[in-house]
Amino acid sequence: MSRTTLTAWLFLAPALVLLAVFSFWPVGFGSYLAFTDYSLIRPTHWVGLDNFRYLFANEMFVTGLVNSVLFLLMVPCVQVGALALAVLVNNQLPGIRLFRAAFYVPVVTTVSVVGIMWGFMFHEQGTLNYVLLLFRLVDAPVGWLSHDGIALFAIMFVTMWRGLGWYMVMYLAALQAVPADMQEAAILDGANRWQRFWKITVPMLRPTIAICTILSVLAALKAYQEVDVLTQGGPMNSTFTALYYAYDQGLKHLKLPRALAASFVVSLLCIGVALCCLRWLKPKHR
Amino acid sequence: MKKTLHYLLLSAIALLCVFPFWWTLVTALSTEGNVFAFPPTFWPKAPSLANFAEVFRVIPLWDFFRNSVVIAACTVLWKLIFCSMAAYPLARMHFKGRKLVFGLILATLVLPSEVNFLVNFITVTKLSLVDTYTGVILPNVVTAVAILLLKQAFEEVPQDLIDAARVDGASEWTIFTRIMLPLIAPWLATVGILTAVESWNEYIWPSIVMSKPDEFPLSVGVLYLRGTFGSSTRVVAAGTIMTIVPTLVAFLFAQRFFMRGMDGAVK
Repeated sequence: MSRTTLTAWLFLAPALVLLAVFSFWPVGFGSYLAFTDYSLIRPTHWVGLDNFRYLFANEMFVTGLVNSVLFLLMVPCVQVGALALAVLVNNQLPGIRLFRAAFYVPVVTTVSVVGIMWGFMFHEQGTLNYVLLLFRLVDAPVGWLSHDGIALFAIMFVTMWRGLGWYMVMYLAALQAVPADMQEAAILDGANRWQRFWKITVPMLRPTIAICTILSVLAALKAYQEVDVLTQGGPMNSTFTALYYAYDQGLKHLKLPRALAASFVVSLLCIGVALCCLRWLKPKHR
Repeated sequence: MKKTLHYLLLSAIALLCVFPFWWTLVTALSTEGNVFAFPPTFWPKAPSLANFAEVFRVIPLWDFFRNSVVIAACTVLWKLIFCSMAAYPLARMHFKGRKLVFGLILATLVLPSEVNFLVNFITVTKLSLVDTYTGVILPNVVTAVAILLLKQAFEEVPQDLIDAARVDGASEWTIFTRIMLPLIAPWLATVGILTAVESWNEYIWPSIVMSKPDEFPLSVGVLYLRGTFGSSTRVVAAGTIMTIVPTLVAFLFAQRFFMRGMDGAVK
């Protein structure tokens, strides 16, 4: 081994050790445990697909899986919203920085605090119901978090509320990298604002759109934090997501193999969907 | 006219983003009237800091605060040390296995990290790190994003500086600590601030590792407040406000770092 190689590996060693222990080991060992009856007190046996059979016969997990997939509905909303917002704040109007900051503030707020605040907003006598009643959009106060058909969508809304600013900044950075002379040339050619957006901006943003969409798909499939702080899976188990089920089983009921099997399913789903997104969003060769 | 419409739209969205904070603040400052009243109050009634004082009286807020500070500070410190050490050879050295290491680091970006918590909990238990700061900090010290950002920073340092130092007989370690690190200080600041806020806000992992209430960081402790005082919404609101203030201040002062961090993460 040359001197440089040795030095390089010495520099890398601490990071690699931590990555191995806390990133690679959990993936490998976790996948193995999903096929066993592991517990902290008994010897471990290989049980094949038993855990998975249990899961797919389990109503709570299936609801969770369906809800996780339903969460994908927020992906187009949050991406279109964030891109539109980025376009709105990508100019030199006075006070624009203040607006950017306002849109980013939800991003830097702890999820537990977000949960408490939206708990207030969604309260039966909370502000949201007040506004809706004021404008006659509803006849009676809505139980945003207490109605089993609505709670999941309320949680999705909060997730969007938290994510919008984050994606906005990603798009903003990409928009500012679009060369101005291309826009100017298009203006000279008589292209209107709308044409310039679709023909120049969107194609230039394609890589960013791809990354953001994939990240937001993964985030949707892995949703659990907002569930934990807003409803803990209720009412009547209607807001369980697959990953929330995994934590619930693993950390509260200490059924680790079952929990790991559930998170294994989530991982497969994430990887599968991410690969599909990559294919769809890859620039087409002409 | 067009401008007015633009501002109107921006203001409406901004209101949606900021309103929950405002309402919580109003609730925390008010001492009179019903919390949930129709119509709601958008301005504090009989404002006082009594609810804030109450938070200090009934929960160990200072302990939560101290725990958060210690955890965030250690995470930032160790992350800057380990990730910059890892980024340097990746950016500036030609060595065997470079591509492999880089690939492995990139792979952690794709792996859904949320599913690691369960096994990491077993690991932390086996290492007897449950209920320790170390247990909370260790899994967050090395992240691919930090390594990538710092690698990019190292790549921008002119080669002449390194060559000159080598001619003067400096060791790699000296070059790294005396030349490279000072030159990428702005990027270290970016990573540091992003990490500090991330760590301050982290909720699920500390709540798994820490079991005793007086060891909770603020992000977890604030929910404990809701559990204990389900009835006293104003106290919960006050605690919530006190939890957010440090992040908001950090954010307002370091806005450009946040924007740059995102920028770098995308490229």
